[in-house]
Amino acid sequence: MMKKILLGNEAVARGAYEAGVVFASSYPGTPSTEITEALALYPSIFCEWAPNEKVAVEAALGASMAGARALSAMKHVGLNVAADPLFTAAYSGVNGGLVLAVADDPRIHSSQNEQDSRNYFYASKIIALEPADSEECRLFTRNAYSLSEEYDTPVAIRLVTRISHSQSIVQCEKPQVYEQKKYRKDMSKYVMLPVNARTRRSFITKRMTRAQKLADNGPYNKEIIHKDAKIGVITAGVLYQYAREALGTQASYLKIGMISPLPRQMMTDFCQKYQKVYIIEELDPYIETFARSIGITNIIGQKLFPREGEFSAGLIAEKILKNYRPFNYQPEKDLPPRPPVLCPGCSHRPLFYALKRQRLIVTGDIGCYTLGALPPLLAMDSTICMGASVSMGHGVNKVLPNDKKQKVVSVIGDSTFIHSGITGLIDIVYNGGTSTVIILDNSTTGMTGHQTNPACGQDIYGKPAPAVNLEALCRAIGVRRVITVNPFDYKHMYDVIAAEAAASEPSVVIVKAPCKLLHNTTKDPPREVEQTLCQKCRLCMSIGCPSISVQEGQTLIDQVACTGCQACQNLCRFGAIKEKEPL
Amino acid sequence: MKESPISILICGVGGQGTILARKIICEAFFNSGYDVKASEVHGMAQRGGSVVTHFRAGEDVASPLIEDGQADIILAFEPLEALRFLPKLKRHGQVIVNSQKIMPTSVLIGEFTYPTDIFNKIQTATDKIKIIDALDIATKAGNTKVVNVVLIGVLAKMLSVSKELWLKAVAASVPLKYQELNIKAFELGYNI
Repeated sequence: MMKKILLGNEAVARGAYEAGVVFASSYPGTPSTEITEALALYPSIFCEWAPNEKVAVEAALGASMAGARALSAMKHVGLNVAADPLFTAAYSGVNGGLVLAVADDPRIHSSQNEQDSRNYFYASKIIALEPADSEECRLFTRNAYSLSEEYDTPVAIRLVTRISHSQSIVQCEKPQVYEQKKYRKDMSKYVMLPVNARTRRSFITKRMTRAQKLADNGPYNKEIIHKDAKIGVITAGVLYQYAREALGTQASYLKIGMISPLPRQMMTDFCQKYQKVYIIEELDPYIETFARSIGITNIIGQKLFPREGEFSAGLIAEKILKNYRPFNYQPEKDLPPRPPVLCPGCSHRPLFYALKRQRLIVTGDIGCYTLGALPPLLAMDSTICMGASVSMGHGVNKVLPNDKKQKVVSVIGDSTFIHSGITGLIDIVYNGGTSTVIILDNSTTGMTGHQTNPACGQDIYGKPAPAVNLEALCRAIGVRRVITVNPFDYKHMYDVIAAEAAASEPSVVIVKAPCKLLHNTTKDPPREVEQTLCQKCRLCMSIGCPSISVQEGQTLIDQVACTGCQACQNLCRFGAIKEKEPL
Repeated sequence: MKESPISILICGVGGQGTILARKIICEAFFNSGYDVKASEVHGMAQRGGSVVTHFRAGEDVASPLIEDGQADIILAFEPLEALRFLPKLKRHGQVIVNSQKIMPTSVLIGEFTYPTDIFNKIQTATDKIKIIDALDIATKAGNTKVVNVVLIGVLAKMLSVSKELWLKAVAASVPLKYQELNIKAFELGYNI
């Protein structure tokens, strides 16, 4: 056995590798992305970035049906997209083991909402495990494959940001020798006609009854009893770590590793040992609702703890321990906030400035470019979910008077467009919309950390792959007005957007420039402000570039940060911004 | 060899290399036989934003997060971020702060002013503050990007892990062609 420090996500990948997984398909999404990136480092596993999570889960299900062990990883909102295959894969079950690694994001570090995936596992009636550190990420994922095959079900590994993105020590084991199962045509199991689905529905009830026994007796849920403890705590995942940090031996614990189905007898027995049992869980009262439904009453959960956001050891101590008086320095008031910003040289910046100047209604989407909503650009009216920019723009366009002041454009990234934007564009064309879709093609999936996608000509390994031709795709859908522009040719881009927004038919503008952080993107020499020409109008400040600042009355450009993109230079009416002259 | 758990909070601005710093610290403590846990939020769109990494080492570390008032050391890559995360510091804990200021957009667009007396404010909280011009030292080492490893050098000097293990950790965490540069940056920080 070899010890290693691994991210929770890397440990999930390690567990899958040890179980003999040969196929993984995912769409990137914080905090789940590194699972698939880590899987791609094992030569024995074929990995891919799929166009979206529904496709990914279906591909993994296909591999499983064919007899291989497969995995798909996604963030919580990705599971919404994949919910359709999930609920029926729960019926079909598997041939080779199938694991879905799903990462929730309590406190909304990097998402559009906060949702509790445990409800999905309960609702779809599959087995789900929740690890409490990287070692359990490895072990649970490894074991999930035999569970999946034994119980004929997809198995979910439920993660949260603080497990996915925490490092701790893992005891790596040798990979199992897994012999791929034979493929055998079985319509009763995989063809979900009502007649078959009804049979499988009964099977699910039997399966979950059987799994209930495992929850009560198996290795996943365990009591940690401290003899002087006066209180009991029922908890799972990272919350177990916070609880034992806060309460130590003052409490006994029922640590739940299998969160679907939940242990019935074990919970009842544990609660009989203590007068007061605290149920410590973030987000929804999932365990608590179950405990109450089986008649347990001596429990305290959401009456005491918040219903939203993340917990911590401090919060648990404060709620449960009397006389808990921690020391801390008082936070400084009114410190300047530092939210993430579009990078210096970002190709999205000139576009958002142009949209702002044209006072367009901008339906936005999920990606780095969502930051175009922040000051000083403020150039976005909505951001809901992957692809919604295109379809919401259509809805806006259909009900607002076709008035110059109320033109709508949709802004969507290349990866997001392929994920869920194409269908919205078909809606626009088919149903006579006249809105404009702006595709920000920066040749990468930027926000999650530069993953490849079907439009950028490379696969997950960086090897050449066929690239979707976005222009041709839009034309094939039936858009006649498709034009590609360079965002750093500001005036041209500005005029094209104005013309397309005014057009009385659907149009697509592809704003094309690679992400400045990609390794092969060329950077130009930094710009500088010629102080004798600068009229101090501060127009260059209005694009929100972090490399431009005003110091002691002078506008200055940071020579280390500036990538020479010329977004500011294109705006300056006095020619004061130019390339630094060689000494 | 084992001692009471140690908590180090690393804070800075996205893009400054706090993740590499965490990697090196994890590696050095892990090779010294500690249980280690570290936590941070990833994602490219964190760039330019306030970023924080929690690091804890000890005999058996439970939570990967540092509570308010629990950090033995704050290693701040930027002064404003040091001030922002000061509530995490233990009473009379150690602050190591890089003096290079990075203006947040909220300051650039004039909505806020950058605090003027940050070091004094930290000094009224704790007498253990070390102000380092890591950008200057990194420039001397040969590349402005090694600010993070300079700061690791300063931190390493204050900890019980042997220098040899630190050097090994630095070498193991950077690409081969940048090893020499990073070792130099570490040494300059260590010997300050």
